[in-house]
Amino acid sequence: MIAETTKQALQALFPEPEPVVEEIVEAPAETEESAKEQKKEEGPRPNGVIERDYKVHGYHIDAQVAVDQLIDAIQILDDAEFFIETITGVDWIKEGEFEIIYDFSRYDFEVCRIVIRTRVSRENPIVPTITGIYAGANWHERETHDFFGIKFEGHPHLIPLLLPEDADFHPLRKDFKA
Amino acid sequence: MSKPIQLGPDETFVLNVGPQHPATHGVLRVKMRMDGEYIVDSETVIGYIHRMHEKMGEIKPYPQYLMNLSRMDYLGAVGYSHGHVLCVEKAAGIEVPERAEYIRVIMVELNRIASHLFWFGAFVMDLGGFSPLMYALQDREHILDMMEAVTGSRLTYCYFRFGGLYNDIDDQFIDAARRFIPRMRKSLDKYDKLVTGNIIFRKRLEGNAFLSKETCRKYGASSAVARGSGINFDVRKNEPYSVYPELDFEVPVFHECDSLARYNVRMAEIEQSLRIVEQALDKLPDGLFMAEKAPKIIKPPAGDYYQAVETARGSFGVRLVSDGTKTPYRLKLRSPTYSNMHLFDETCRGMMIMDALAFMGSLDLVIPEIDR
Repeated sequence: MIAETTKQALQALFPEPEPVVEEIVEAPAETEESAKEQKKEEGPRPNGVIERDYKVHGYHIDAQVAVDQLIDAIQILDDAEFFIETITGVDWIKEGEFEIIYDFSRYDFEVCRIVIRTRVSRENPIVPTITGIYAGANWHERETHDFFGIKFEGHPHLIPLLLPEDADFHPLRKDFKA
Repeated sequence: MSKPIQLGPDETFVLNVGPQHPATHGVLRVKMRMDGEYIVDSETVIGYIHRMHEKMGEIKPYPQYLMNLSRMDYLGAVGYSHGHVLCVEKAAGIEVPERAEYIRVIMVELNRIASHLFWFGAFVMDLGGFSPLMYALQDREHILDMMEAVTGSRLTYCYFRFGGLYNDIDDQFIDAARRFIPRMRKSLDKYDKLVTGNIIFRKRLEGNAFLSKETCRKYGASSAVARGSGINFDVRKNEPYSVYPELDFEVPVFHECDSLARYNVRMAEIEQSLRIVEQALDKLPDGLFMAEKAPKIIKPPAGDYYQAVETARGSFGVRLVSDGTKTPYRLKLRSPTYSNMHLFDETCRGMMIMDALAFMGSLDLVIPEIDR
């Protein structure tokens, strides 16, 4: 239920709704083939909402949004009473992009995990902060800033959290050399 | 003749708690702006024992990373390994024999009891009662001995493998576990009489540090912190994994939203964990403890995977981004105490310092687990 309504709300963010791609469940035996298939499909993924198989991936809805849609998407989840699990980044160095991943889940028994992701260029990684909506995003965003150097615009206190206070390096960037 | 020192009406001072302070149970620092004994504002400083586990995850092949997980949380280590192996097994499609999964659950629950016992002792010691810690450590010692005989270590277990376990349990372990259950139930009665009914203890904790449901949600709190605020959330029930659906247990929830409620939740959880161990020992099937076809080199198909488990400290999550090679492309560890600790700053405003330290104790902090 909640998965369906949230999916529709998220899809409304995209003016020309993309057709929902139902992922085909593959048997574990075909892992190598499916890996190859997915490699072929690789390339810039268009923004949109995809429904994932929970048994395979561990989450239900995967929404990739543009940076300026991020606040709206998070607001939808806040209105639907999701709680914030974590925020993290991935360095896709070959594509010259950072991906920022927001994980959300629910306290009630309607299991529904939602992943919001957005991409920014590696040269100028700036995304808006969501601390105005989820106060608990504060540390998660500071941690992501530590590890990747992604700037969260409007964050009240963006100083190193886990790294030393004078750290000027970002260890989870793929081009980082110790 | 010196004049008497008087603070002006708006004068505050900054009090530094930690990084080396017994109340913080590890290297944690809190900067507090104080108005007399009252906290005006506070800022938590973490990261003193940050080890960059996530970077190590990107460098090491999957099997070599197994021992890192138990170094995250030295009190409830097995739960973290469980989350990791379940995530990788799900990603790579590795089947686990049922016996192995039952033994995993037994170990996780025994470790949960050991962790709660240590927390119980340390928490009461924070409030000024020393002897309960000694009783709690005595009970905990039985669990550590049992687990040491099987796993080979006392705290930082590296017992789970992809596809099963490193070692099978023997009759000696099963006997010891069966003897431990009634002993622990007796001890729980003792703790009840010794601590829970103590009038000083109750007066310190009743109404201490009110945490609303809304605050819990905004910060993503889990474990007894959420369940003490009336949120019925336990990953074992909400998102059943492993063999938990086949076991009968309850999730204790208290609605008072104060530190006493968080205490009550954890003490009730010990009893529930004993029930799980009891049933799992009865139902323990024969068979293999390690899958025969478990691959030596693990290459999950490209994609990303998430697995949440309920550890002693709350909802622990592993996000694995694989690119189809034998090392993860990205491995994110979502630690529960990180979120639980984060709400301390907001909640402790306006509290007296000794109340804030009691509140900090009720959060069940393990600092290496926050810092990773």
